Amino acid sequence: MEANNKEQHIGYGTYILVWLSLLVFTSITVTVAGVNLGRYTLFIALLIAAIKSGLVINIFMHIKFDEPIFKVFIALSGFTLFIVFILTFFDILYR
Amino acid sequence: MSDHQDAVLEVNHVHRDDVGARMGMWLFLLTEVLLFGGLFLVYAVYRYQYPDQFRIAGMELNTSIGTLNTIILLTSSLTVAISIAAIQKGNKLLSVIMLSLTLVMAFMFLVNKFFEWETKFSHGIIPGSKEMTSKPNGQILFYGLYFVMTGLHALHVIIGMIILAFMLVFVIRNKITEGNYVKLENSGLYWHLVDLIWIFLFPLFYLVQ
Repeated sequence: MEANNKEQHIGYGTYILVWLSLLVFTSITVTVAGVNLGRYTLFIALLIAAIKSGLVINIFMHIKFDEPIFKVFIALSGFTLFIVFILTFFDILYR
Repeated sequence: MSDHQDAVLEVNHVHRDDVGARMGMWLFLLTEVLLFGGLFLVYAVYRYQYPDQFRIAGMELNTSIGTLNTIILLTSSLTVAISIAAIQKGNKLLSVIMLSLTLVMAFMFLVNKFFEWETKFSHGIIPGSKEMTSKPNGQILFYGLYFVMTGLHALHVIIGMIILAFMLVFVIRNKITEGNYVKLENSGLYWHLVDLIWIFLFPLFYLVQ
């Protein structure tokens, strides 16, 4: 296996599988939106969006097979965004 | 290890650093994430403050067009990914076909967007219009964010189309080849980011129930 080789190429089959699962997740999120789940609706919608973006980032954007520094980049910017959200909501909730 | 050395030698030979190019692209993409992140933050705060108004306004959006555009964009991400895989395997024809299909789907996305906005406009939902400003605050904010965020996203789709059109020409003219495809890879990354942002826009605007 050349899993650590940065030049590893992903086959057409993998891409098509990922695309199919993205479509399945889309149909799930549309179906779930029609059901009234109260305050869980938003949570489930965001969870599915997170899973979908995980698939896109890891496979379509081949981060899974890229060098670790790229993962650090994404984690850092994601963390920054997370902190900004947390701080803002602290302000909103306890003003 | 020997693979790595070979790669370094090759890079030295052609004076090219593909990893560096991708790294630069990713840094740019992260600034885009922060740009849209700020808008998502505004959305989150106002949705928290006006949950009912956001629901009422969100019900007005056309879920079918939103779903159709989601499917179109996801599929266009697939065709870009395949066009890169094809050029890596030296299959120029498949790469050209897939890139062309991507452009067609990007255009279809914009056409749908046009008709969607057109319908909103014909109902008087235009930013700053009398019809809009007479609505409750929460709904004004929802529609304001809707137009700004999907508008900024549509602008990215247009920019992505221009970039991919250039890439298509480069592939046809053999400027992008089996051994040198980092330009196409980076354009693909940009296109996937456009897809990624839509993955979040879709449930937050079209699936508010």
